[in-house]
Amino acid sequence: MEIVFLTFILVLSVFLGFELISKVPATLHTPLMSGANAISGITLAGAFLAAGTTSNEMASWLGGAAVAFATVNVVGGYLVTDRMLSMFKSKRSTQS
Amino acid sequence: MSIDLIANLAYILAAALFIFGLKMLGSPATAKRGNLLSSTAMLIAVVSGLISADVVSYEIIVGGMLVGGVVGALAARLVAMTSMPEMVALFNGSGGASSLLVGWATLYLGTSDTTTFTAATIVLAILIGGLTFTGSLIAYGKLSERINSAAVVFPMQRFLNAAILLGIVTCAVMFCLEPSATSPYLYALLGLALVLGVMAVIPIGGADMPVVISLLNSYSGIAACAAGFAVGNNILIVAGALVGASGIILTNIMCKAMNRSLTNVLFSGFGAVKSAKAVEGEVKPVSVEDAYYILEAASNVCFVPGYGMAVAQAQHVVKELGKILEANGCEVSYAIHPVAGRMPGHMNVLLAEADVPYEQLVEMDDINPRIENVDVAIVIGANDVVNPSAREDSDSPIYGMPIINVDQARTVFVLKRSMASGFSGVDNPLFFGENTRMLFGDAKESISGVIGEFG
Repeated sequence: MEIVFLTFILVLSVFLGFELISKVPATLHTPLMSGANAISGITLAGAFLAAGTTSNEMASWLGGAAVAFATVNVVGGYLVTDRMLSMFKSKRSTQS
Repeated sequence: MSIDLIANLAYILAAALFIFGLKMLGSPATAKRGNLLSSTAMLIAVVSGLISADVVSYEIIVGGMLVGGVVGALAARLVAMTSMPEMVALFNGSGGASSLLVGWATLYLGTSDTTTFTAATIVLAILIGGLTFTGSLIAYGKLSERINSAAVVFPMQRFLNAAILLGIVTCAVMFCLEPSATSPYLYALLGLALVLGVMAVIPIGGADMPVVISLLNSYSGIAACAAGFAVGNNILIVAGALVGASGIILTNIMCKAMNRSLTNVLFSGFGAVKSAKAVEGEVKPVSVEDAYYILEAASNVCFVPGYGMAVAQAQHVVKELGKILEANGCEVSYAIHPVAGRMPGHMNVLLAEADVPYEQLVEMDDINPRIENVDVAIVIGANDVVNPSAREDSDSPIYGMPIINVDQARTVFVLKRSMASGFSGVDNPLFFGENTRMLFGDAKESISGVIGEFG
């Protein structure tokens, strides 16, 4: 039953994702990509389970490495997206 | 209320915020707040992940987050805007590596009987994650020119790839039949996934990189999704699916902008196709001084940037010239082809860095209908995206690709270092056009020269 439940969530999310992103203008494609990169760092939530265990040393080391990689994505992704978006200015704000 | 219930409720909130954040990324005016919202969602997800009852030891987590946080923050702060494609490639890779490791670690996580379904999702996480990791490293190498960015094609390549795929399928089936952390098939899978990533990206040339980056972006999301199935975590599935969908959409947009199918980009080294007509004619060079007289009299000027503008770092002088022309009473716009540069939106980011307001950045479909009213179209370091043979010469390798029709503007200036052909090695009849004037030399110096004439 859990498989069906998870697949249900997957299918709905995919549709939602297509709906949301097909409307993003070309100007914002790069920030969209780096923003998406940051979101894919969500594997962090899964990596915690492995890195935080005491039952198996191998699991916690693999998990720890996963935490490091995912944090690079999260921190780097959001910061760089913010940096880029700060540069996008409208006509009014560049003239003032 | 149990801790796990609270964590799961928090995940629902995080998912909702991710969705809102992505929605707000759809307009330049709200994009910055959207990104903030999305990072708040991430914070909520991370905190609720940490308080989960299954997490008992925090040393390794803190260590990992410190290392990753420092690396990520430094990279985000120090990277030059022109190197953004390389940076995004590396981030894609680290997302893939993370999913691979989560999938792998799940095997050690104790539950004595791994079901076939879980085993299959672990295989997917390892496979897609590994492929994304090494594929992104190769893409990084090509983009930063650390390795040859041309397509690498060798005899028996397809045969070798087929053998790798066959090996992967075999190992995957054998592993799923008897999943265990010590299974030799697991290690074989790990190795093959990493090799597959290399093999998948080496035959793709530099000009096709926008497609590859988008696709790897999508893979990193799909890998997170697979890892979510492996550990049974909803938020991974939702967020991974959103990223996967976004990457697929971008990939599709890039392919359409080159009039090529995804299979064509992935499996055929470019340039090996039909040979175009050689173009004959005489080029008409123009001096900086004459360029000034023409621009001074123009009332509608359109800049068309390409990868060459990034290489010459010319975005700031371009903007300066634009500003002077505007002060001269001229209407200025910047027309950007979807695949100009090395990643989706590359030129937009560079021009935004130079303070060009986003209202002046126009898309191909907006400029083409009114290109005849443009007095001077200034092509800076773009080649294939303004090549009229894409429209006229059915033998050309780029035939059918939608282009910015600068040849239909009243006058075209082409800023070019020399007469070499573009990235795809295709001749460009635009250079010999009746209304085309070539401004030879470094783009940055040429434009600075014109600015000097105005001064």
